[in-house]
Amino acid sequence: MGSLQLNSLIKQFGKNTDGRIAVNGISLEVTQGEMVGIIGKSGAGKSTLLRMINRLVEPTSGSISFDGTDVTSLKGKALKKWRSECAMIFQQFHLIDRLDVLTNVLTGTLGRRYNILNLLKIFPKEEKINALKALHKLDLLGKALQRVETLSGGEQQRVAIARALMQKPKILLADEPISSLDPKNSKIVMDDIKKINNEEGITVICNLHSLEVAKQYSKRLIGLSEGKIVFDGPPENLTQELSQELYDLENE
Amino acid sequence: MNNILENYSKNYSEQIKKRRFWNIFIVLGLFVAILISSSIIDLNMTRITSGIPRLGDYIAKILPNLDTNLLFANSQIEGSVPYWYFNFKKYIVLLYETFNMAVLSTLFGFVFALLLSFFSARNITPNVLSFFFVKRFLEFLRGVPEIIFAILFVWALGVGPLAGIIAMTIHTTGALGKLFSEVHENAELKSCEAIRSAGGGWVPEMRYGVLPQVLPNIISYALLRFEINIRASTVIGFVGAGGIGQELYLVINFNYYEEVSAIILLIILTVITIDITSGALRQRIIKGTHD
Repeated sequence: MGSLQLNSLIKQFGKNTDGRIAVNGISLEVTQGEMVGIIGKSGAGKSTLLRMINRLVEPTSGSISFDGTDVTSLKGKALKKWRSECAMIFQQFHLIDRLDVLTNVLTGTLGRRYNILNLLKIFPKEEKINALKALHKLDLLGKALQRVETLSGGEQQRVAIARALMQKPKILLADEPISSLDPKNSKIVMDDIKKINNEEGITVICNLHSLEVAKQYSKRLIGLSEGKIVFDGPPENLTQELSQELYDLENE
Repeated sequence: MNNILENYSKNYSEQIKKRRFWNIFIVLGLFVAILISSSIIDLNMTRITSGIPRLGDYIAKILPNLDTNLLFANSQIEGSVPYWYFNFKKYIVLLYETFNMAVLSTLFGFVFALLLSFFSARNITPNVLSFFFVKRFLEFLRGVPEIIFAILFVWALGVGPLAGIIAMTIHTTGALGKLFSEVHENAELKSCEAIRSAGGGWVPEMRYGVLPQVLPNIISYALLRFEINIRASTVIGFVGAGGIGQELYLVINFNYYEEVSAIILLIILTVITIDITSGALRQRIIKGTHD
């Protein structure tokens, strides 16, 4: 149950001849409740891979399936439902700066209601309570009515996590969640992600540019290079040579 | 090294020369264009020198004969301000009408423009077809001068402010629609992506991803348009579309000279007051002290 399968996924940007292949034939399986770290240098295709799972980016070929359902062919309502089931958080948080924290968290539920209610900013009471619970879980209850732009980077990323929780997701896709944070906030955010994985059994797929952090938080690492999987296994199996390659290139 | 510098300075002076040539060429071209166009519109000095004094004559004629000793006497006495403004109550009612025409047309135009602008902004439009047609539609709305629409609607609906309101609403929709879609085109679409990734459709993307960040600019543009509409609503009355302009046209045609100056002075004062108030408001909105 709850297994996510990618079958020879390819994404090419641009035209046939001069197009850049970002993801080049990736196949893998992730079971429910896993916490997977994806490592590799920038441009290795990490971000494109995650976006394809959420269908923000359309794959050129290959397929994605979840619990036997073909995700790549979903349209309309079914696609929206899938998107809300696999929540995403982003490197630059992607929050609405000029709105308060609570409303930002509630935007995780926008796909579930009639647009006329969304237009008028009407949220059901129970959703508001759920949002406050999510904020409480992330220790941000006191900031609920502040504008997002007044929060620190770490707090903003945790607001984004609370928004993701509102989607009642089965999968959490984290695209470089700590790249724009200082070490202290990075730890808080990663701990929160780990907690969600442990307590709620939500599968986490997390792009990370830091090998150290990836080793620390996930039992399974996937190394990407030029759109291909070059490593898949527990951190202990990662050879010095391979990690050197993945890590050094990042530092160029 | 020296070689490079020499090369560089040579290139530089060549570029300057080229630019200078073009500058001279453009200035000469403009001069010729002015000569040609002034001969077409029959612009000559004698006509201007003989015409200017006549302008003064008209101004002298419409100025009131005020007697400094009688300034505040009652409206029966010639030379007093109340005599000059014997029709003050009527003017105020008409000015109020003009003001309302501007308010309503700005308001309606704002709503229509905001709705349409989401379709005519290249980066957020739901599809290419609606982008094309809405953009063309807005071009048409603002391409036709409001006075033309006013003439049409006065003819169709009769004399009165309704025709003016509709005419200005149409023009405002076109003008604001263009400005709004340009504001949208500069919007940051990160939060839109997040909303999409959470299963939200195009409408929530616009409402939560775009609107909050463009709102201050949009309100500022709407206020600017309101200032423009206040001026436009006075002129639009000339074709019978209501308000103080209609009265002004009447007194000009009947040569009620003193009333002309009385009305013009009132219009100027109103426009300045509203410009200053709305300008101050706009500054506050841009600076973000208000939402």
